[in-house]
Amino acid sequence: MDANDTAVFTYPRSLSRTPTHYCPGCLHGVAHRLVAEAIDALGVREKTVGICPVGCSVLAYKYFDCDMIEASHGRAPAVATGVKRARPDLVCFTYQGDGDLASIGMAEIIHAANRNEPITVIFYNNAIYGMTGGQMAPTTLVGMKTSTSPTGRDPIDRGAGYPIRMVELLNTLEGPVYLARQSLLSSADIFRARRVVQRAFSLQSKGFTFVEFVGTCPTNWGMAPVEAREWAQKRMIEVFPIGVFRDREAEAAKASAAKEA
Amino acid sequence: MANHIEIDRDRCKGCGLCVASCPRQIIELGRDINAKGYHFAVQVDPSRCIACQMCAVSCPDVAITVYRGRK
Repeated sequence: MDANDTAVFTYPRSLSRTPTHYCPGCLHGVAHRLVAEAIDALGVREKTVGICPVGCSVLAYKYFDCDMIEASHGRAPAVATGVKRARPDLVCFTYQGDGDLASIGMAEIIHAANRNEPITVIFYNNAIYGMTGGQMAPTTLVGMKTSTSPTGRDPIDRGAGYPIRMVELLNTLEGPVYLARQSLLSSADIFRARRVVQRAFSLQSKGFTFVEFVGTCPTNWGMAPVEAREWAQKRMIEVFPIGVFRDREAEAAKASAAKEA
Repeated sequence: MANHIEIDRDRCKGCGLCVASCPRQIIELGRDINAKGYHFAVQVDPSRCIACQMCAVSCPDVAITVYRGRK
């Protein structure tokens, strides 16, 4: 490189240099980077505590360069509640997958959201259990083949239920301050996702903030990374629509502006 | 020097997401393999790079640094 060139995209400070164990093309890496960038942008690395889940991202504590705690399966929001209540001055986020958050951790996430705990929950949804070998998850699409639904998820004849939409579910509660779903399936989406994560972290002091990422699992879907991204764009986005479902601060700002006008 | 990217060859897992993301189609998976055994990505024609960062944001392994050259 030339000394005159400006680096416009560099490695985030809050991400450790440890290479990840994720499969090639797994978008967990992108989600990690977006969280690290948000921590950097807010300048809170020294007072951030992350809570890791169980699942593929169980080793996330190795990849963030801030304080991390490993929670038992699904209990990350409960651990985050404890951290935040003992030390309200800290920034606290949980990082969870769909098996962790929407299945075994369903009770913890619903009640943490309902109590409006001032934490940020990052939820990576790829519609499958990755680490354990591609079993059906609560968010698996109807008809999607997994190792435990080899003929496709069948909600009627086999009683396998329907995919759970977490953001919509939490949107029925009074408590949460910020609820959004964003895709990681193209570069343009990732630029948008970066702003969404930063917004969630910046609103954390106001209450419960939740960001769902629609991602892929190329290995367990049995697809190449680029093909998995295209498949998810076609199939997952119609079930898990993208958008900011709730932003109490923006609503309040809009309401007060309307009052003044 | 002009716009270009640097790819950390030993972080790259050869997933090809940057190849698919590049609007100028100037990134390829090379013939050589890295320490992990992956065909790592290489920028084949830096002179056409517009430093748009599309490749870097799509990289799950944060292996890409983007430089904007001074005119």
